Amino acid sequence: MTIRAQVAMVMNLDKCIGCHTCSVTCKQVWTNRPGAEYVWFNDVETKPGVGYPKRWEDQEHWKGGWELDRKGRLRLKAGGRLKKLATIFSNPDLPEIDDYYEPWTYDYEKLITAPLSKHDPVARARSQLTGQPLEEIKWGPNWDDNLAGAPERIHQDPLTDGIQEQVKATYEQAFMFYLPRICEHCLNPSCVASCPSGAMYKREEDGIVLVDQEKCRGWRFCVSGCPYKKVYFNHKTGKAEKCTLCYPRIEAGLPTICSETCVGRIRYIGLVLYDVDRVEAAASVPDPHELLDAQRDVFLDPEDPDVRERAARDGIPDDWIEAARRSPVYALAHRYEVALPLHPEFRTLPMVWYVPPLSPIVSALEEDGYEADPDQVFPAIDSMRIPVDYLANLLAAGDSERIRGVLRRLAAMRGHMRKREVLGEHDDAMPASVGMSVDDVEDMYRLLAIAKYDDRYVIPQAHAELGERLMEQQGACGLDFEGGPGNCGAVAPDRGADTEGFMLEGEPGGVDLDLVKMAGGRRRDGGAGPGGGGA
Amino acid sequence: MSAGKILLWVILPYVAITTFVVGHWWRYRRDQFAWTSRSTQLLDRRVLGWASPAFHYGALAAVGGHVIGLCIPESLTASVGISEGFYRWFAGVAGGVAGLVTLVGFLGLIYRRTTSPRVRRTTTRVDMLTYFLLTVLILMGCWMTFGHTLFTDDPYNYRSSIADWWRSIFYLDPDVGAVEGAPLIYQLHAIVAWSFWALFPFSRLVHAWSIPLQYVGRPYILYRRRYRADSSGFRRSI
Repeated sequence: MTIRAQVAMVMNLDKCIGCHTCSVTCKQVWTNRPGAEYVWFNDVETKPGVGYPKRWEDQEHWKGGWELDRKGRLRLKAGGRLKKLATIFSNPDLPEIDDYYEPWTYDYEKLITAPLSKHDPVARARSQLTGQPLEEIKWGPNWDDNLAGAPERIHQDPLTDGIQEQVKATYEQAFMFYLPRICEHCLNPSCVASCPSGAMYKREEDGIVLVDQEKCRGWRFCVSGCPYKKVYFNHKTGKAEKCTLCYPRIEAGLPTICSETCVGRIRYIGLVLYDVDRVEAAASVPDPHELLDAQRDVFLDPEDPDVRERAARDGIPDDWIEAARRSPVYALAHRYEVALPLHPEFRTLPMVWYVPPLSPIVSALEEDGYEADPDQVFPAIDSMRIPVDYLANLLAAGDSERIRGVLRRLAAMRGHMRKREVLGEHDDAMPASVGMSVDDVEDMYRLLAIAKYDDRYVIPQAHAELGERLMEQQGACGLDFEGGPGNCGAVAPDRGADTEGFMLEGEPGGVDLDLVKMAGGRRRDGGAGPGGGGA
Repeated sequence: MSAGKILLWVILPYVAITTFVVGHWWRYRRDQFAWTSRSTQLLDRRVLGWASPAFHYGALAAVGGHVIGLCIPESLTASVGISEGFYRWFAGVAGGVAGLVTLVGFLGLIYRRTTSPRVRRTTTRVDMLTYFLLTVLILMGCWMTFGHTLFTDDPYNYRSSIADWWRSIFYLDPDVGAVEGAPLIYQLHAIVAWSFWALFPFSRLVHAWSIPLQYVGRPYILYRRRYRADSSGFRRSI
């Protein structure tokens, strides 16, 4: 057993109002620059919907993530190492930018410089790829927001396969919810495994998955290898970039930008202790329905004194262990078991989990102007196959019993609190019916409904004193290349000084050499960290 | 020996080699961030699917052919019983196939780059110079293979002339006499090739040195850490 800590996230989909504030603030911080116009480290998709990029969930097409071979061993779905090297000159599974959308801007200057005329001047759309006017914009970010165009497009959503008959796009019968997505910072990241250059890595201290911008050679296999399509190719720099989990903020004990600015306060960030030695076995469980339990078994209970002692021996600082005990993520994912991983069948063991929304069912019961009777919600969960089947395809590898179990707990929580607060009754029948104690249900209510800032974000600071060179990083930021968002001024940082000795450990000696290095080129630095790494 | 000959067959090679070596050293130290294939597959996958593998595999085969032809002395192949006729036949056929595949792939890539507005816009001046030199080199290489080796009554044996001169440069004893008598097209090919090598470290071609062969023997998941803990529980920084 080797214990590591992971900074993980849970999103409560019931409270997401689809305002896209997370996407906008993320974009302003990280991807508001040439080459990354089409890139959204955070995006919010309407479900059912086509997704970004289109049909990203269809791994029979995109070949992202892992699968089991005939002998039950874990392998990359896109093929092994030799196949990757053989197809390196043209990646057969790489999305085209039109699968995301062609980024554009507007001719704003025209509005000011146009001569006097009978009609108002118009700012025409201009492609940011070619600089040419776009005659017709055919697709863009959130093109199908709020089920826009759903009658034509809804069945392009891969999750509706097999349940097309039931998923109705008509107004009266429609259901929808929002799915905010960031990088999953997986325990078994297939992007890292797909990178031929060894430029991608998972940080041992907090599990954040990053791209070393100096070692990336632009082979593009991380983009196709990620089943969530959350690694992006910057077409200007020719390097891969991805969500950094805002590690400069996380290291300072602050939540990510998307979380900090979330209007609905749907996001939770906390630590999960896990056994890194059991990751591969958990990802190799034959039955996809068992993957959820397998991943939960990899998590370790921070209340267990043996686990705490072992964690300390494995180098996890004491305040991190204490933070793990107060982790809202561990509570929602493991203690109350109401959070579920996104597409566990991709076998990457993702670490951004979701509390499935009860609201599609509640809203189906609501008549104009009347709130749903809580007593009806409970049986409705069992009788309404849609959207339960849909949620099961999203969060439980098709196992709808899982979804029912979670929704029953959420409904029981609502019913219990309503009895207590509105009717003044104290009754533990409802919690007991879903296998929870009254205390657990009320704790869960505080976490999900009251959702205080300090309860949502329990983030211990990085131990700067443990990294000798960390002082030199002060004031530096990620993506600090020319034109990058972290380029705090025009002066290029002295990379030799600020990255030396940073995150060197864990690089197996001699395995990540370029040919140049094989030929005797000296390895100058770790090439990592806020100075040279990131994104 | 005229000054022109010394310039072309002695000074140019050494300047090119020096630029090649020092340029790589400088670029690798200074410019890791731009050390990339600068792929445009994301922007437009049309044509690329067949043209890029054709060009790259053809070029790798052609590079291999050059290494064999230039580095292995004729006396060595003769001593293991490979006749000049057989060698020329093998080099002509293999080189011809490699050259044609490279050429077809390269034309496909050039066609894509010029007709796709998205890709055209990413093309830099250094790129254009690189493509110009590559075009000249590939066309001349094909012409020499087909016109002077395969389909000719009077094949030219570059191994007893150009190759000797090429190796003599690395012995630091340039044998200008060996290259003087070569047909003009061989001489031009060599001159353009030296310019190409001099440009190499400053172009996108540097990604050739980053063929990730190490991927084959590497563990799939890589971790990096910022500080280490030793077994006594005392954590020290590195």
